[in-house]
Amino acid sequence: MAKKLLLLGDEAIALGALDAGLSGIYAYPGTPSTEITEYVQHSKAAKEKNIHCTWSTNEKTAMEAALGMSYAGKRAMVCMKHVGLNVAADPFINSAITGANGGLIVVSADDPSMHSSQNEQDSRFYGKFALVPIFEPSSQQEAYDMVHYGFNFSEKYKTPVLLRITTRMAHSRSGVVRIECRDQNPLQMPGDLRQFVLLPGIAKKRYKNLLNTQMHFIEESENSPFNSYTDGPDKSMGILVSGIALNYLMENFPDRKVPYPVLKIGQYPMPRKLVEKLFAECGEVLILEDGYPMIEELIRGYIPGGKKIRGRFDGTIPRTGELNPNILAVALGLTDTKGLPVPDLVVNRPPQLCSGCPHIDSYKALNEVLAALPKGRVFSDIGCYTLGALAPYEAINSCVDMGASITMAKGAADAGLIPSVAVIGDSTFTHSGITGLLDAVNDKSPVTVLILDNATTAMTGGQDSAGTGRLEDICKALGVEENHIRVIKPLKKYHEENVKIIQEELDYHGVSVIIPRRECIVAIDKRMRQKFK
Amino acid sequence: MKKDIILAGVGGQGIISIASIIGYAALQEKMFLKQSEVHGMSQRGGDVMSNLRISHDEIASDLIPYGQADLIISVEPLESLRYLGYLSPEQGWLVTNTTPFNNIPNYPDLGNVMAEINKLPRHIALDADTLAKEAGSAKSANIVILGAASPFLGLGYEKFEDAIRFIFRTKGDEVIEKNLAALKLGREFADRNI
Ligand SMILES: Cc1ncc(C[n+]2csc(CCOP(=O)(O)OP(=O)(O)O)c2C)c(N)n1
Ligand code: SF4
Repeated sequence: MAKKLLLLGDEAIALGALDAGLSGIYAYPGTPSTEITEYVQHSKAAKEKNIHCTWSTNEKTAMEAALGMSYAGKRAMVCMKHVGLNVAADPFINSAITGANGGLIVVSADDPSMHSSQNEQDSRFYGKFALVPIFEPSSQQEAYDMVHYGFNFSEKYKTPVLLRITTRMAHSRSGVVRIECRDQNPLQMPGDLRQFVLLPGIAKKRYKNLLNTQMHFIEESENSPFNSYTDGPDKSMGILVSGIALNYLMENFPDRKVPYPVLKIGQYPMPRKLVEKLFAECGEVLILEDGYPMIEELIRGYIPGGKKIRGRFDGTIPRTGELNPNILAVALGLTDTKGLPVPDLVVNRPPQLCSGCPHIDSYKALNEVLAALPKGRVFSDIGCYTLGALAPYEAINSCVDMGASITMAKGAADAGLIPSVAVIGDSTFTHSGITGLLDAVNDKSPVTVLILDNATTAMTGGQDSAGTGRLEDICKALGVEENHIRVIKPLKKYHEENVKIIQEELDYHGVSVIIPRRECIVAIDKRMRQKFK
Repeated sequence: MKKDIILAGVGGQGIISIASIIGYAALQEKMFLKQSEVHGMSQRGGDVMSNLRISHDEIASDLIPYGQADLIISVEPLESLRYLGYLSPEQGWLVTNTTPFNNIPNYPDLGNVMAEINKLPRHIALDADTLAKEAGSAKSANIVILGAASPFLGLGYEKFEDAIRFIFRTKGDEVIEKNLAALKLGREFADRNI
């Protein structure tokens, strides 16, 4: 028997890519996708083969760099969490029109139940919107296999493909068997040097071409090893199941024999003939998918009538949140299982800033200055410092999407909320705060921006931060006046001084930037451990 | 043989090491394994849990259904109660540390927490932090807990010793010996209290 490796879904994808001749992985960190890139970064083989694996500044730059590598004929992968695909949406949608040259896989990791995200958006809609094939693994082994398959598919049809995973797949470990490794592609220019020039004349042709290819994509889905129809004796119901939901279905049948016909989906667009067969043969159809009811919506259409369809829309499955074996048991009419009651005394234990975290001292100083003003003027962003929303700090009033702190503060200042404050982490600032700061500078908006520089991307586990060592220069270059760029050290002993500086800048009617600078203590710890290893 | 295990604790308490050791031991026995964790937000002093399933037959779901876990292994007493919904009412065991990790203002009275634990028909509760110090390694409370859980995992005790030698192989003999001592103290406590 071939040797089994115990891998996280993320690691299986990374290893699959390395084995399939990857030349570069591009990504910005984001739970639960981060470990894909980190696996490549820690891989000796990747180092020997000189595979690109440093972090990108954001998901858009990552997507574009991967497209460039594909242009040059090599295999590229780009990875992000689901909301990252919003940031990368422009190049992603357009890459479907340009098409690929070297194999191009876009991995987007969804987070149903929002374990560590702002929303539970379903990336499959993006795949469908862009008209590209989507792969959705039901096991770590499939995740590995789909990368090989996906690269070949991408090169066969010259199209990017989307690999959609969820938190459970990304962060669950299981056995994976490798297949034969393949060399990297040589540098090879696109056959048509205007393929990537989306001037209207060319884009129109390429879009038609993409539309014409859809029927081939459907045909491929009908014959895909990842889509399968398994017959069952009881035709009163058929089950249409996608991705990891398959495992929860099987869990409910200890002998793994489902009495109903089951159509399992791992590759989109939907395999039309198989769907028609399921509907022709079964009384009603239960649809099981983790994430939004995308398949269900597609099949229900607008017109009522026809076969009975059961799923998230009719309440058979809860409308939101991650699936699990118990939800499926209820949907299948089986007996639900229950454990012991949880005693009432069990209280929540929310995550919190580490004791000694530099953000604590920044918030304490900021809170002291703002105490004199009516509440509600601090726009923040996404990172460890978002935990400043909770007690005892209760220091911030917004967290929407990366970069929104500066721009929302500017908009509020435009509306007359003066002073208005933005609080943004260093990595978030370079991800998508810079352009907003330029807007504020151009409008001379009265905003005070705190760039919390802890020299790392802490929230996602301490990755390099793109602007470390250059934040003042970046602000200066954007036009922030030099005497309104203030660096402070967030430590208790400098509290009075820090309060004074923040006060001065709040009083200034224009753009000021305050940079509280002190390294994340977890990052220091990690650095020390590596040094003395 | 099939064991469904919930591992519980607070971010940074080492439940992933427990999972790795059990996982390694199970793989040596040619068992199938699925282990599911949640990373990210939850790591900053928040509650963390992991589903660990080992079985001689192929495993379907990454998640353990409610009421089906054979075992809850917890490195913290309050956390041990959080996941009772997963524990099998008929045969589930709870193995927990009694040393609280108190990082919230409203941590319930420890006496009441212990009273809830003691209500369970099958449980082992031990002061793993003190035993770990006895073993010479204050950081090994998680391994003490693993030792106390080892009688319920369906694998020979020496399999866990082998796994510790493997998992800590890069850390030197001293670390290995201390962890083996921690494992033993946990096991002896369980043997006395089953
Ligand atoms: C578009 C998008 N990409 C990625 C993430 C994941 N993410 C959340 S916070 C964060 C990093 C924040 O780093 P930084 O701004 O330096 O703050 P720190 O956590 O270090 O305090 C990342 C990558 C996200 N929420 N949205
Ligand atoms: S990881 Fe670093 S930045 Fe995040 S809370 Fe801890 S010390 Fe602060």
